[in-house]
Amino acid sequence: MHATQHHLFSDLGVMLGRSMRHVFRSLDTIITVTLTPIAMLLLFVYVFGGAIETGTDSYVNYLLPGILLIAIASGIAYTSYRLYMDKQRGLFERFHSMPITRSAVLWGHVLTSLVSNALSVIVIILVALVIGFRSPAGIGAWLGVAGILTLFTLALTWIAAIAGLSASSVDGAGAFAYPLIFLPFISSAFVPTESMPTLVRLFAENQPVTAIVEALRALLSAQPVGDDIWIALAWCVGIMAVAYVFAMRAYQKQV
Amino acid sequence: MKDIAIQVTGLQKSYKALQVLKSVDLEATRGSIFALLGSNGAGKTTVVRILTTLLKADGGTAAVNGYDVASQPDGVRQSISLTGQFAAVDEILTGRENVIMIAELRHLRNPRQVAVDLLGRFGLTDAADRRVSTYSGGMRRRLDLAMSLVGKPPLIFLDEPTTGLDPEARLEVWKTVKELAQNGTTVFLTTQYLDEAEQLADRIAILHEGRIIANGTLADLKKLLPPAKVEYVEKQPSLEEIFLAIIGHKEVL
Repeated sequence: MHATQHHLFSDLGVMLGRSMRHVFRSLDTIITVTLTPIAMLLLFVYVFGGAIETGTDSYVNYLLPGILLIAIASGIAYTSYRLYMDKQRGLFERFHSMPITRSAVLWGHVLTSLVSNALSVIVIILVALVIGFRSPAGIGAWLGVAGILTLFTLALTWIAAIAGLSASSVDGAGAFAYPLIFLPFISSAFVPTESMPTLVRLFAENQPVTAIVEALRALLSAQPVGDDIWIALAWCVGIMAVAYVFAMRAYQKQV
Repeated sequence: MKDIAIQVTGLQKSYKALQVLKSVDLEATRGSIFALLGSNGAGKTTVVRILTTLLKADGGTAAVNGYDVASQPDGVRQSISLTGQFAAVDEILTGRENVIMIAELRHLRNPRQVAVDLLGRFGLTDAADRRVSTYSGGMRRRLDLAMSLVGKPPLIFLDEPTTGLDPEARLEVWKTVKELAQNGTTVFLTTQYLDEAEQLADRIAILHEGRIIANGTLADLKKLLPPAKVEYVEKQPSLEEIFLAIIGHKEVL
């Protein structure tokens, strides 16, 4: 047992290196997880933004948190896809019949999801800076933003793991992400919820994305975060815990 | 008992109501080629999955290289390699990167050198830096085998290694299997092709309806039938012989 245990980090490193190559060698992945959110950012700021009343001076400041969440929701669809392909191609069986730390196979994918989403988030923030995004936030607030985005990525990654491990077709492995990508549109990510009809507004104000967006926005504009941050954290941790249990169950079935 | 590589007694496995393995007994000696023969769905892959620690048996015992598959899976995994029914290769990586990845996971000293050697041995040097998605079926299978040989495991499981391959690629796999055995590696292979078992195996076991119904050398199995009669039949070339003669055994890369 101990002989394979202390190789956990080097095994994880090999797995991470492998899946990061998958990310960088797939033009489709790069376009979907980085270029599309950037195009959306530009579209909303320069085309629709003029007509949207948010009560703030800078629409790009208002919009950025929602765009980051959409980028992450698109990114985890590829985690699901990569897991599905590994299952389908027999790579799980190869790895699991080798003397390596078994959990490294799944955690390698989770780590790749965190690293690749962090990269696309950084690229999107850099583009936002170029088109006028400014933040008075200090280092503590930025760490808070990084922490919430990491938890959000982890929560969605475990949902992606359930889909990837239990899907019976490539389409199924990716399809679950569409509602997740759509959620920010029915939240305060693009427009304030006040303008929405009552029913839609009720949904928008009580779904996780609104709390997460509000918490991120408050942190980035150096405003008091209020209850939103706790609601946001509760959503992220809650979704993560439930999804983790089901993902592990799906994973055990493969082993 | 040092020369026993695989020892299986009373192995049982059911999937829900379906009893796939009723009671399987078999024994493979070190350095030999052991073929498990059976039709589709006979349970050959289930036996391989249990012996390679991917699946837990419902009953019976199985020891691989002296390690119990249920209680000492790490020992088993240290000493085996599995080549599954479909080439388990990473399509997006190059051939070289695939072999290096396995060498790193086996914590070998010099993964790059291991890759150079194995890719050369399997005729993949020219294709080493191409992505595997551009490889032919035969090349994928060769890469798959190269990856299985990383770290020189003493026992290799080949689950239907030639299913879906063209005749030439099939002969290449046969050649590799024979070379492995000559170098002292134990090979456990499953196949549904009778000629494959006949060509390669030192011992053949026939799995049918959840049990091993016959087990022995080819000569042993032949004795189960009445003695051969001598008949004169005109020798017609098989289509395979014609095909191989026409294309002149050239490697298609």
